[in-house]
Amino acid sequence: MSLQGEIGTFVAAVLNYFDTAVQQPAVVGTPYLALGKAPEVFDYTGMIRISGKRKGVVYFTAPKGMLSVMLMRMQETDMSDANLRDLVGEVANTLSGNARRDFGRNFIISTPSVVAGSSTTIGYSPDTRPIVVPIDWRAYHANLVVCLN
Amino acid sequence: MNAVRQHRLMIVDDSNIMRRKIERSQDIPQVEIVGLAGNGREALELHEQTRPTLVTMDLTMPEMDGIECVEQLVGRDPDIRILVISALADKATAIEALEKGASGFLCKPFTERQLNDALVKLIES
Repeated sequence: MSLQGEIGTFVAAVLNYFDTAVQQPAVVGTPYLALGKAPEVFDYTGMIRISGKRKGVVYFTAPKGMLSVMLMRMQETDMSDANLRDLVGEVANTLSGNARRDFGRNFIISTPSVVAGSSTTIGYSPDTRPIVVPIDWRAYHANLVVCLN
Repeated sequence: MNAVRQHRLMIVDDSNIMRRKIERSQDIPQVEIVGLAGNGREALELHEQTRPTLVTMDLTMPEMDGIECVEQLVGRDPDIRILVISALADKATAIEALEKGASGFLCKPFTERQLNDALVKLIES
């Protein structure tokens, strides 16, 4: 599968999450290479690490406001830190699920993990170039970042 | 008139929002929710206390994962019906869960309708 196809798998996972769980579609912006500086990290980030045929990290990072409104759309009334982490972790779970389905056994995919804080540094190999896929929903903006060698 | 709640459902998922979503979404009159567990080990303890007839089971969980929990629950009660609800959408994972004794598989994310349809199928199976 080409890198473009691999990115499509992750984009499809995020869009499907908005369509199905949040019941309101998100819009994908124009992807770009993050050259010169690390991609922006928002308040909550759910990520998976990949090894095997390719190595790297894929993560969905979103601001607290966006995740809170997503929870509201899902009829959740508790906007606690734990539930915001849960939500971004569930998005990462779908990234992992789609990758396992589409990429097969050549890819080893970690259990999703969650980090909080916009000052977080996401570690990735210097021989990779992160591709940032903007995800817009209502008035909010999140990023899907695919960073594979 | 209230329908007789003849099916006892235990929800197992490490995500609080997923447990609550399943709890809120299921609207089958014959189903009573008897417990919520955050991992496989908690589910086994809760099973002792609540004797569920139906289970929704996540797969990737700390302490004890869903596959092992399915195997142990079916070992205790061969008639228990388990719906695996997981983001792991590959065929191999679904087949493994079914081989261990699960009765159905639903991919995350899901709609309320998809959940209720899957639970009805589970009850009728």
